[in-house]
Amino acid sequence: MTLLEAEHVKAYYSIRNSYVKAVDDVSLSVDRGAILGLAGESGCGKSTLVNTLMMNIRPPLRLIDGTIVLDGIKISEMSRSKLKKDVWGILVSIVPQSALNALMPTKKIVDFVKDIFHYHTDMSRAEIVSMVRKRFEELNLSPEILHLYPHELSGGMKQRVVIAISTLLNPKLLIVDEPTSALDVSTQKQVIKLLVDLHRAKIIESMVFVTHDLAILRQIADKIAIMYAGKIVEVASTDDILYTPLHPYTRGLVNAVMTPESEVRKRGITFIAGEPPNLLNPPSGCRFHPRCPYAKPICKEVEPPIIEVRDDRIVACHLVESFM
Amino acid sequence: MVILEVENLTKIYVVGLLRKKEILAVNNISFRVSEKEFISLVGESGSGKTTTARMILRLLKPTSGSIRFQGRDVWSLKKMEDLKWYWRQVHGIFQDPFASYNPLYRIDRVLNQVFNLIGDIGADRESLIREALKEVGLRPDEVLGRYPHELSGGQRQRIMVARCYLLKPRLILADEPVSMIDASTRAGVLNLFSRLRDEYGTSVIFITHDLGLAYYVSDRIMIMYRGEIVEEGSPEEVMENPQHPYTRKLREDVPLLYRKWSGF
Ligand SMILES: Nc1ncnc2c1ncn2[C@@H]1O[C@H](COP(=O)(O)OP(=O)(O)OP(=O)(O)O)[C@@H](O)[C@H]1O
Ligand SMILES: Nc1ncnc2c1ncn2[C@@H]1O[C@H](COP(=O)(O)OP(=O)(O)O)[C@@H](O)[C@H]1O
Ligand code: SF4
Ligand SMILES: [Mg+2]
Ligand SMILES: [Mg+2]
Repeated sequence: MTLLEAEHVKAYYSIRNSYVKAVDDVSLSVDRGAILGLAGESGCGKSTLVNTLMMNIRPPLRLIDGTIVLDGIKISEMSRSKLKKDVWGILVSIVPQSALNALMPTKKIVDFVKDIFHYHTDMSRAEIVSMVRKRFEELNLSPEILHLYPHELSGGMKQRVVIAISTLLNPKLLIVDEPTSALDVSTQKQVIKLLVDLHRAKIIESMVFVTHDLAILRQIADKIAIMYAGKIVEVASTDDILYTPLHPYTRGLVNAVMTPESEVRKRGITFIAGEPPNLLNPPSGCRFHPRCPYAKPICKEVEPPIIEVRDDRIVACHLVESFM
Repeated sequence: MVILEVENLTKIYVVGLLRKKEILAVNNISFRVSEKEFISLVGESGSGKTTTARMILRLLKPTSGSIRFQGRDVWSLKKMEDLKWYWRQVHGIFQDPFASYNPLYRIDRVLNQVFNLIGDIGADRESLIREALKEVGLRPDEVLGRYPHELSGGQRQRIMVARCYLLKPRLILADEPVSMIDASTRAGVLNLFSRLRDEYGTSVIFITHDLGLAYYVSDRIMIMYRGEIVEEGSPEEVMENPQHPYTRKLREDVPLLYRKWSGF
């Protein structure tokens, strides 16, 4: 059962006379009840993709092609006003990458909350506040926080508050974009604990977690999608990605992880040579070919098709059979 | 051979105009760094790592304590030639490379400044610079001629490492030098520090909150907590047999690739 199904989605930034092909023919689905991780290098298009998945698209970004179906509704054809009224916050919420700076400094937390509810319900202010206090208690966040200003909260606390507020209306899908990248490890763990609690309590049904940190995905994701230069190159269960990565780029990412553990020490740490390509003018054929240690002449000429190597496991690489 | 000795170093910041408040940022720390040694200073945000580095780099006056480099008290150096000697030998890479560049100088100039310290080397500067940029994984034609704000955070950090490559100092203080470089290419930049050590005997004090990174790059790890060094040892000792409660918590909270946090 899928909650979200995106097919052949292209979303480009139009600048001057050309396009930044940040999301280029991506098909991806999110299962009901599942946590999907999205990983890749900075600039590969993760933030653009997840915003596109919920149709949060504004110029210069444009949806060029593709369909997106969320909970049975084709949201790729909806107007922005309809999305605002019926979809965002209710069916899907996002905690954007810059969420830590997004709170207005002159408003107390409780005022943000009132604004959100005011838009979607006709509950009275008092009812709203008592409901939110209850939710905060459920999530082990002190309700006193509601009466503080954003600058009075630490980075980790702010992130947890933003997450709690984004899920007040019990959206089916929660998207979190690099929620822990700016935090130290102990704070990271608290934020992730909150997300897991929301999921276990079924306040949210499914989640897309964006990060460049595979060790964080190990802790929570059921499945991982690997993105490179605007394309999804591999999707598999978390175990398959970490133990038997098939795409050469996935393998490069896994082998570059520096976590302090004996398996990693034994395996040794390597890195991917070169830099990610410029998406204004991406390489021909397989976009990874200039950095791929296995590249063959065909890789430069022909874009690799997406191959379903098993149920629930896809890879886009010409040589995938030789790696299995 | 010991090249840096830090003894009872303390820094108290005084903040506030009317009601003055004291912040004990670094509390009586002592340690030594040997030639060719790669030491990591690991701790959470606000634990005093940057403050320590700034005092060693002569950017911030200690409240008390001493710092000796090759036997000479760093804060007693006064003459220009002595200071130049120090800057030549001890080089800093900062947490936010944007803040440490003059925004009006192109990258060429940022790199050329290094030669003011080295003096005339009789070689072709331009080709030395190009070579250093290639070493850190940058395409010279893409970065030379551009201004710092036109580069990504990761590219700016690579430029800082390229500077070290030109200068070849005796001691590098690197404050989160790869935090903005993608994990997939980070090991390549870290190798450059090891190569400087192997080829020129450079020592490195590496500041990070990433215990994993410290585990792989360092000979010794010092754990800093609330202004104090609470634990110190080889990476294996610190990881496998942590003594201080803070180190234990840190180790439990680091996400691993092949093990889940308990309760998750
Ligand atoms: N210029 C300053 N004036 C007053 N207090 C300061 C100043 N710089 C730092 N502090 C305080 O000193 C303490 C140590 O800060 P420091 O920047 O050394 O920490 P750090 O370990 O480098 O942290 P991070 O990992 O966030 O870089 C903190 O409490 C900080 O708020
Ligand atoms: N507003 C914008 N205008 C033009 N290009 C953009 C804009 N935002 C992002 N991009 C470009 O789109 C690509 C993907 O960016 P992004 O989705 O932010 O990647 P990630 O989240 O993986 O770091 C990059 O090449 C980036 O420079
Ligand atoms: S298609 Fe070719 S270049 Fe691309 S990942 Fe596979 S082997 Fe490498
Ligand atoms: Mg992003
Ligand atoms: Mg610091």
